[in-house]
Amino acid sequence: MGDLILLAVGAILVNNILLIQYLGNCPFLGTSKSMDNAVGMAMAVVFVLFMAGLVTWLLDYFILEPFGLRYITTIVFILVIAALVQFVELFLKKSIPALYAGLGIFLPLITTNCAVMGVCLINIKEEYNFIEMIISSLAYPAGFGLALVLFAGLRERIIIGRVPTPLQDVSIALVTAGFMSLSFLGFKGMI
Amino acid sequence: MAKTIVQEFTKGLWEEIPPFRLVLGLCPTLAVTKSVANGIGMGVAATFVLVFSNILVSALRSIIPSKVRVPCFIIIIATFVVIVELVMQAVAYPLFLQLGIFIPLIVVNCIILGRAEAFAQKNGIAASAADGLGIGLGFTLALGALAAIREAFGAGTISIPFSDTVLNLFGPAFKPFTFMVEAPGAFVCLGLMLAVMNLIGKK
Repeated sequence: MGDLILLAVGAILVNNILLIQYLGNCPFLGTSKSMDNAVGMAMAVVFVLFMAGLVTWLLDYFILEPFGLRYITTIVFILVIAALVQFVELFLKKSIPALYAGLGIFLPLITTNCAVMGVCLINIKEEYNFIEMIISSLAYPAGFGLALVLFAGLRERIIIGRVPTPLQDVSIALVTAGFMSLSFLGFKGMI
Repeated sequence: MAKTIVQEFTKGLWEEIPPFRLVLGLCPTLAVTKSVANGIGMGVAATFVLVFSNILVSALRSIIPSKVRVPCFIIIIATFVVIVELVMQAVAYPLFLQLGIFIPLIVVNCIILGRAEAFAQKNGIAASAADGLGIGLGFTLALGALAAIREAFGAGTISIPFSDTVLNLFGPAFKPFTFMVEAPGAFVCLGLMLAVMNLIGKK
């Protein structure tokens, strides 16, 4: 039990997927200009990543690994993720329109979000068992959401501020992300 | 649209150099630039995928139906990524271990899908190959430059790509500024480089 809690805390804070592992930075900079977009993206990632993590782990465990097909992992995973995103989109549109309206435009972007593919690959690489995989597929996107929402809060303030011309927009956002990353680096001593 | 092949090639080196002018592909940029050797290795791998996926997308552009084009592009890209992965495992194993999950993640690098979508599906094979090569080389240069700054300050060394040689820049008395090779240094350094690029571009 203790190990699992450590894994969860580690995935959310110590190895934060955005700020320490540098995965999913394109949507991080793209959707953090407003709080609404950031929350929508964070929710969409949590939802898709959990399902993608589960499906890819089962595929690897029951098909790729026993049949020695691991060398095509990359193709299989990206296809699974792309199909899953499409499926989730159709499913939400039909059955939960309210949620679809909220997540709508962020869902297609998730296919090329390297955080999703990254966590699926980490699950395999670290040889997590089923329970550990579930925890990691929930905790990593939770860390993604945490960092994204915090950062969107900061960025909304920066837009109002007077930033020197060459530093405007992406440049100042990256520097700010750097200092946020520094504070997350401070959690390193916890584990 | 009357650009020559040479112009398609050179625009990737300055006008549209990723990740500065096109803010795409940030994850590998930040993650692999701890040392020059890793940065250049990543750049070369991405360039290979970019050139060949651009050529194939361009060659098949009249066959691929536009409604399912993105999954088709992804399959094309994933194929070349697997080739790179297997070749690297065979000929450059230490680099393969260093880059780790970032090699399979070339498949979700937005630069490559972005070029397929924005350029290769609308242009001829020669122009697409030139575009891929230009953008790829630009990306490699950008990674090399960022990695050189980070490695020089963060570790006091410059590692030569594709060999085991490591140049020591400052001698034994140098105290490394480890902030630069840690995660925060990557963000800050890239942000400042972007600001410098903006400053030069304004003139």
